[in-house]
Amino acid sequence: MKVVGLSGSNVGSKTRTAMNYVMKAISEKYPEVDTTFIDLADYDVQFSDGRNYLEYEGDTGYVAKTIMEADAIIMGTPIFQASIPATLKNIFDLLPVDGLQDKVVSMLVTAGSSKHYLIAEQQLKPILAYMKAQIVQTYVFIEEKDFLQKEIINDDVLFRIDRLVEDTAILTETYMKVREAKEAEYGF
Amino acid sequence: MEKYRIDKNKPMEFGLYTLGDHLPDPVNGGRISAEQRIHEIIELAQLAEQAGIDFFSVGESHQDFFATQAHSVVLSAIAQATEKIKISSSSTIVSTLDPVRVYEDFATIDLISKGRAEIIAGRASRVGLYDLLGYDLNDYEALYEEKFDLLLKINEQEEINWEGEFRAPLKNARVLPRPQNGSMPIWRAVGGTPTSAIKAGYAGVPMFLAHLGGPVSVFKRSIDAYREAARMNGHDPDELPVSTAGFLYVAETTQQAQREYYPHINEGMKLTNGRGFPKQNFAQGADVRDVMNIGSPELIVEKLLYQYEQYGHQRFIGQMDFGGVPFDQLKKNIDLIGTKILPEIKKHTAK
Repeated sequence: MKVVGLSGSNVGSKTRTAMNYVMKAISEKYPEVDTTFIDLADYDVQFSDGRNYLEYEGDTGYVAKTIMEADAIIMGTPIFQASIPATLKNIFDLLPVDGLQDKVVSMLVTAGSSKHYLIAEQQLKPILAYMKAQIVQTYVFIEEKDFLQKEIINDDVLFRIDRLVEDTAILTETYMKVREAKEAEYGF
Repeated sequence: MEKYRIDKNKPMEFGLYTLGDHLPDPVNGGRISAEQRIHEIIELAQLAEQAGIDFFSVGESHQDFFATQAHSVVLSAIAQATEKIKISSSSTIVSTLDPVRVYEDFATIDLISKGRAEIIAGRASRVGLYDLLGYDLNDYEALYEEKFDLLLKINEQEEINWEGEFRAPLKNARVLPRPQNGSMPIWRAVGGTPTSAIKAGYAGVPMFLAHLGGPVSVFKRSIDAYREAARMNGHDPDELPVSTAGFLYVAETTQQAQREYYPHINEGMKLTNGRGFPKQNFAQGADVRDVMNIGSPELIVEKLLYQYEQYGHQRFIGQMDFGGVPFDQLKKNIDLIGTKILPEIKKHTAK
């Protein structure tokens, strides 16, 4: 099982901080899982121009190919201007139609205000559904007050992160089995 | 239709096309040499001709895992090796070529083949060739429209005066040699959407519609939109041939055909497009209402006749060699096509 952690912004520290906890939790609980972490702040990703993702070079090519090779993606995103950041939307634009088919995607959201709670529900999930991802319905929503000096100080958040990791792993495993069983039935 | 060498009184034409892919065989993991692949393509055209297949075409694709970048050269070898089968590109990427040279090459192939050559002009679904051949991807649309337009003009006029953005002007230029009958069929390659079919209709040029998978009813919309656009722009749709192009694979039973072809399509698509072909969609492809012509001879006959009834098209061409299918299997396919499929199709689509 290949899991990619994706921190979807090129600025700020909260999403990155929370994603560090996610990656730690997954490697501790599931040491056999092959994990890769991509923080978009570390990469120089160009804007999508509609070409096939295999044809991008450099960082853009690396990021797109790594995501396309994943069985599961845990996406971390901040909320900017009541939406996901352009950097994360650009990642979706780099990928093909139906690009998340047969992949499990789970979400972690950081925000400065509780008013942003439904943004993942109303803006991120529709994109994932359109791209045919298997979505882990429950996401982790973390507010400003849960962080202090690049650490999470609310134990409840840590528990929720552990549950997100567990849900992602179990759904991926289950979904793989469902697909195997279904494909075996076709007989070709 | 005569202008496009299509006889309305004859049955629907049946052809084969190859993109000239040079992929490993996922079943045994081996990959033949480019030399062998090219020779097998030429031999495939000969076998197709012997089986009574009407048409054979070769595409150009400038990326890893392909061997017929110089597709016009391969076609000229096929022209020499065959006698009556129609031959064409599928497609020629006119956007990144000089239309004058394209015409010179294909008119020559038409003379070598004694009047059997055609051009299908496309714009590439991949963009690597823009860098390779020195074009700007931002001109993607403009390059295609201007060069396709010039190609049509060269076909219509032996002496040409022309000015454009992407090529030096032509002043009283004679593009020679001329094809056997002075002009040759030039088709516009179209992806699945009605939008791009409409453009072909407006231009009043024959349309080649690619359809790999999905319901016949969806592609019928593109064909209807094409004819409607042609009519609105003063062209007679009854004089404009339509061809479809899609997967083709035949074996004794449908399940055997699926079992034999699926790994090639799935692994081949992964390598060339970055995504496999979902098994669920492939399984649905066996439904008569789906365009995918993969199955037993009986199923394929039923599918082709259904498509013919819905589209009223003049030609179907099938891709059966994608993803490193071993040559022996291709030969078996051709045999089944010649003995079981063609006679039925010809019988039921004859006027």
